[in-house]
Amino acid sequence: LAAPVAGGGAELLFDGVKKHQVTLPCQPEPWDIRNLLQWIKQNLLKERPELFMQGDSVRPGILVLINDADWELMGELDYKLQDQDNVLFISTLHGG
Amino acid sequence: MCQAREDYGRRGPGRRAPPPSSPRTCAKCKQGSAALVIRVGDAFCRACFREYFVHKFRAVLGKNRVIFPGEKVLLALSGGLASSAMLRQVQEGLSRETAKRLRFVPGLVYVDEGAVCGQSAAQREESLARVEAMLQATGFPYYLVHLEQAFDLPGSILRRGPRGGEEPCPGYKEAVEDFIQQQRQEVAVADGDGAASLPRRLAGLRTQDVPAGGEPAAPGAQLPAAARTQELLRLFEAAETLTAKEELLQMLRTHLILHTARTRGYTKVMMGDSCTRVAVKLLTNLALGRGAFLAMDTGFLDSRHGDVAVVRPMREYMAKEIAFYNHFFGVPTVITPALRAKRREKTSIHRLMEDFLLGLQAEFPSTISTVYRTGEKLSTAPAEVGSEPGAEPQLCLLCLCALDTLAEEDLALEPTLIAEEAAQGPAGDGCCHAGTQGSCCRSSPTPGAESRAAFLPLLCYSCRLTFKELGHPDTLPPYVRSEAQRRSRRAEMKQQIQEFLLEDDDDEDPSES
Repeated sequence: LAAPVAGGGAELLFDGVKKHQVTLPCQPEPWDIRNLLQWIKQNLLKERPELFMQGDSVRPGILVLINDADWELMGELDYKLQDQDNVLFISTLHGG
Repeated sequence: MCQAREDYGRRGPGRRAPPPSSPRTCAKCKQGSAALVIRVGDAFCRACFREYFVHKFRAVLGKNRVIFPGEKVLLALSGGLASSAMLRQVQEGLSRETAKRLRFVPGLVYVDEGAVCGQSAAQREESLARVEAMLQATGFPYYLVHLEQAFDLPGSILRRGPRGGEEPCPGYKEAVEDFIQQQRQEVAVADGDGAASLPRRLAGLRTQDVPAGGEPAAPGAQLPAAARTQELLRLFEAAETLTAKEELLQMLRTHLILHTARTRGYTKVMMGDSCTRVAVKLLTNLALGRGAFLAMDTGFLDSRHGDVAVVRPMREYMAKEIAFYNHFFGVPTVITPALRAKRREKTSIHRLMEDFLLGLQAEFPSTISTVYRTGEKLSTAPAEVGSEPGAEPQLCLLCLCALDTLAEEDLALEPTLIAEEAAQGPAGDGCCHAGTQGSCCRSSPTPGAESRAAFLPLLCYSCRLTFKELGHPDTLPPYVRSEAQRRSRRAEMKQQIQEFLLEDDDDEDPSES
């Protein structure tokens, strides 16, 4: 369904892999970002999850782009994922 | 209200309502589809965002008129988001048409910190190769420096250099006009060349200089000797807390960059501290006891070194804006791991403060800009240090800020000094003299406490705190120890000849002649 990508240092948490092509399993309710994050936490995060997530959402300091646009414009956690959507995470924490 | 715990939920007071899922239009041009949200609720499209970003850089440089035309400016790059964006802005600025062009001569410096950040030799080489490729592509002269080279620094780096122009503002306009005149003459002379653009002229210069320190012409990408790396690691391992390590790293990095600037004739250094970073630094330094020096540590211009001034042109950009800009416009970065604690729970004041501020920012989106704006109000006018009016204020050995520990009634300092004496034990100094060959009757809690004590009067309050958490002074780089010795000896000498020094004595008794 989607194709999450990590950038800006966040790939260090995902085994160093920058781009992940992902097919999400079918489920009755449509996938939203909230569910996606949970799925990522369970299936992709190799190391310390608290460096990426905090509670329901991403850790403050990690930006989320949906199809190259700020997720704040799309409803953040409530955005409903569509097929071939591109989700990018950029970490702005200690670097630069 | 100021809590940012997980269970607070993201619908607290002050939290903006989630916007509709349909794409919004740009708030500025009302045409393009919005790509990101800047500040609170301003949605910009890519084109308007680019304009805003580029304009801000020039505005910051123009507002603080400290970079003179033709001046050599060293860009300190870490490979991270902010400094890479800064590099791109400099490139953009230099390539504009004559009237609006930036007018300084840039150089680049990158400090390889891989050894202390947990990178293996192979990883370091890979990072360095990528960084070198990035630097070479710019066409500017660049310098690759390894953190290990801190052991080669001269003691003079800890001394303030001769001060350059004190008041730049009155001379700025004339300097710009002179420069434009000069350019026109040059163009008239080099007839065929037409608009001899600065980047092209720079490309004619050598692009890789040998690293400072007089080593034989080894390419900068080569790693230093393993023994050196071990020395460096020993220094960092000996530091007890991550906070002390971070401070030490920053200090060594700054000194290396400063040395590169001084030896290559650069009079300014540009650092890529973003607004987010500056706000975090402000509060972190407050917690570290550097409240008196906040303006210098976080302001636009940092002139503590005298001849080389540090400027922070990115300090008005939020980290988010920089990240988006880099992503939209393909700015290359090379991310390297940061300092890490050995155990998971151990963290530093720097990280704590970053987590705190960013957590608050998520709930209350004007947090960071408020901290930043409050910091902007701090001025760099030095306070009067009471001892001798008119004399040069004494400077801290490590951070080159005014020594703030001279007042005897320093109530905050006294308890810690007393605690230290108590830690030496009731037996006092006589316990560990050369007479007792075997093990001491009590294990010394702080080995090297005596030699450490010699450093303390030379340090400001916060550097003392950091210093106490570092290892034995023998692990410190030679330049720190030699400069400390030099100052101690001078202070001693001065005390010895104090009574013979002639002074202006106002209350001299006229009856005595």
